[in-house]
Amino acid sequence: MAFTNEQIERYSRHIILKEVGVKGQKKLLDSSVLIIGAGGLGAPAAMYLAAAGVGTIGIADADEVDLSNLQRQIIHATKDLGKAKVISAKETMEAMNPDVNVNTYRTFVSADNIMELIKDYDFIIDGTDNFPAKFLINDACVMAKKPFSHAGIIRFQGQLMTYVPGEGPCYRCIFKEPPPKDAVPTCKQAGVIGAMGGVIGSLQAMEAIKYILGVGKLLTGSLLTYDALSMEFRKIKLPEKVKDCPVCGDEPTIHQLIDYEQAECDGAL
Amino acid sequence: MNNMKVTVSGELKEYDDGITLLELVERENVETPEYVTASVNDDLLGYHEFEKTVLQDGDVIEFLYFMGGGSI
Repeated sequence: MAFTNEQIERYSRHIILKEVGVKGQKKLLDSSVLIIGAGGLGAPAAMYLAAAGVGTIGIADADEVDLSNLQRQIIHATKDLGKAKVISAKETMEAMNPDVNVNTYRTFVSADNIMELIKDYDFIIDGTDNFPAKFLINDACVMAKKPFSHAGIIRFQGQLMTYVPGEGPCYRCIFKEPPPKDAVPTCKQAGVIGAMGGVIGSLQAMEAIKYILGVGKLLTGSLLTYDALSMEFRKIKLPEKVKDCPVCGDEPTIHQLIDYEQAECDGAL
Repeated sequence: MNNMKVTVSGELKEYDDGITLLELVERENVETPEYVTASVNDDLLGYHEFEKTVLQDGDVIEFLYFMGGGSI
């Protein structure tokens, strides 16, 4: 498929890059990314991927837009209050770029539906706020051999890691199981500075784009941490392989997906 | 008691010889240490291993924290 004149103009700042070019832009248009959670992380990630011309974007979230979301979830606007987040997100992405085909899944991810959700996508973005979902996404992506971006944000801090099958540790290599309910503060309890989602969610989009283009070095085998108050980014090196990881180790003990008990976060993704 | 040098979260620090990872966590005021994973050189250690881990001169230690956040 040849580019239209409009596409050549729309993507001109990409096409001029030697790492992208016409070929790379075509790869983006032919690619698919699933974003789980249309919140603080998912909003900027979805918007940059849509603007970049990622041809198919899936977005999964069961919630509606709430007034307390708007301080950071920039894909939703005041007019969207009460609307399903996936619909509001889809409208924003389609308004940004008609080249993008958006699939909406108005659901929370669970052991029952996640394999079906991720199976047709090239890359998965974890934009969820709770540990049961983060472990579920990790385990499902390891089992289905799908690359994904993990991220978390709280207060003035954020973290990010990329998993690619066979190229470094998974989330469960670092953390064996979810912390007990309320043991670790959530954003709702502890707060989060709105722009943190913008920084870290945009980095998730960047990892997805680099993966699709096959350029540069991904954040595999390292955890990137960002402290906005001290204005420090640190890339913490992780072991290349954790042999006793219960899901991606030499002798995995987890063979089935687990629905851990949901922490008290409004029941939201 | 002699001192040894260890790198904690990227900073070179001096501690007493023979200090354990559990003692380090207390001295460094690590928040919710029960839910922190420590990386010591190339090993990832959970809280139950902190007490039996005696640090050596030159060790590089990082603390990895659970971080949720994102949606809601």
